Amino acid sequence: MPTYRPGPVSLIIAAFVALFLLMPLLAVIPVSLTPSRMLAMPSGELSLRHYRALVEDPRWLQSILLSIRIGVVSSAFSTVLALCFSLGVWMFQPRFTAALVGFVLLPMVVPPVVSAITLYFLLTSISGFSAFFGYDTWLGVAMAHSVMTVPFATVLMLVSLSQLDRRIDLAARGLGATVWERATRIIMPNIKFGIITAALLSFVLSWEEIGVTLFITSVNAITLPRLMWMGLRDNIDPAIAALSVILIIITVLVLAVRSFVARQRGGY
Amino acid sequence: MRFYLSDRMGAALLMAPLLLFLVLAYAWPFLGVVKWSFTLPTPGLGQYEALLTDDLVQSVFIRTLRIAAVVTVVSVAAAYAITVVWVRGTPAQRLIAEFCILVPFWISVLTRAFGWVALLSNRGLINTWLQAIGFISEPLALVRNEFGVIVGMTHFLIPFAVFPLASAMRSLDDRVLLAARGLGSSRMRTFWTVFVPMTRSGIIGAAMIVFVFSLGFFVTPAILGGGRSVMIAELIYLRIFQSPDWGLGAAISVVLVLFVGALMALLFRYVRPKQLI
Repeated sequence: MPTYRPGPVSLIIAAFVALFLLMPLLAVIPVSLTPSRMLAMPSGELSLRHYRALVEDPRWLQSILLSIRIGVVSSAFSTVLALCFSLGVWMFQPRFTAALVGFVLLPMVVPPVVSAITLYFLLTSISGFSAFFGYDTWLGVAMAHSVMTVPFATVLMLVSLSQLDRRIDLAARGLGATVWERATRIIMPNIKFGIITAALLSFVLSWEEIGVTLFITSVNAITLPRLMWMGLRDNIDPAIAALSVILIIITVLVLAVRSFVARQRGGY
Repeated sequence: MRFYLSDRMGAALLMAPLLLFLVLAYAWPFLGVVKWSFTLPTPGLGQYEALLTDDLVQSVFIRTLRIAAVVTVVSVAAAYAITVVWVRGTPAQRLIAEFCILVPFWISVLTRAFGWVALLSNRGLINTWLQAIGFISEPLALVRNEFGVIVGMTHFLIPFAVFPLASAMRSLDDRVLLAARGLGSSRMRTFWTVFVPMTRSGIIGAAMIVFVFSLGFFVTPAILGGGRSVMIAELIYLRIFQSPDWGLGAAISVVLVLFVGALMALLFRYVRPKQLI
């Protein structure tokens, strides 16, 4: 069957766009190898000192561990909440479903800076009552990240539920299964790929969250993006280039594995 | 009747935790921000008056709209070009296009902004090379200005424009295009008079998404603008943390939400939500 393929003009323009998209990712590689203390191109000799700095400077390691802790807690929290909510929507199809889902998706569509000032208000209010759960605490950051990631987790759950055949649930119900049994033994095993994806996406979104984090942390809860931000704003630290190279390599590897697995499974 | 009741109870029990969480952790504090905008520093509409009269606030609003408009046009056009190849190219072309779209998409906004700093700054790649080959003697000012902000934001937003465009292009019937070609229309003419008009809903969706995102964008303008080309989001940040004027920061946030809400309402009048994904 003949198909309509892009012509040479389209291909050339697309190639420029592709180059534009990859350029900044490639540019950090030479900068990360500079022997200089400041942001500069290496001239002549190359050095791994900025990679060494990542390992030797305890600040980087501390913030990586903190980001992982916040990511795991907030992702677990938002995955569980999103799962329960989506199960409720799918199993019972209550009235006002559209309005309720719309409400849950708000943190995703409201401009992030407005969510940031909102969460700043929340956490500074909480700080009045509790010293370890509020502004500039890791639990406060984890909760704020949950607010920001829960819409994405919900969307993924609802999409995977929409592909599920309702008749298997009706059969279970007809055979006398309780709501709990239907949810845990019939529905959840069938959407486990969606649940895992939602948890992973929530973790990644929390791991790289910066817009909200900037508003709700100052000196104690320094996540990895927050530390990168500090290094970018003051005096550009080439250690950020080294870190960026590592993060880019991890991203490329994960995407390659994912596309390989998707190919093996056939389709998505 | 018993079934009906227990169904409703079950739904309520399952849906309540998330709804309760978002009411307490999102809706309630947002109302608090709205309250700030009317009560700080003095009760009344003073902050909203200031929005209309303050020259700095006005110039930031105009700059934000201008940057958002330029970024929207450039990103949608660039996204269109690469989406054509991603959706309609040969398998090898598709794979390369997908790689170029998804890798930047998954990389954090900070890394990407930093990449542009590494390319565009005075001691960055582009200026170093141009000076090395003797093309320029003084470094070009490519960053810490509006140009840098537009480049960085366009780079960030292209992948977001790709998804609605791709869905519009995928649902397009090949036979229409082949018919146009068969009837003697040139490649260019088929593209402009058949292909582009038939993907209109995707273009509108992509433009809306990019425009709305650009309005509230914080990280990229703050890094690549270097404090000189401040956009709305950075202005809110500065009003909260540098010249504590919480009332004005809150009032700007409220106006931003209302503006974005109006834009979304407009979008959904013309495009059904499911056409966007």
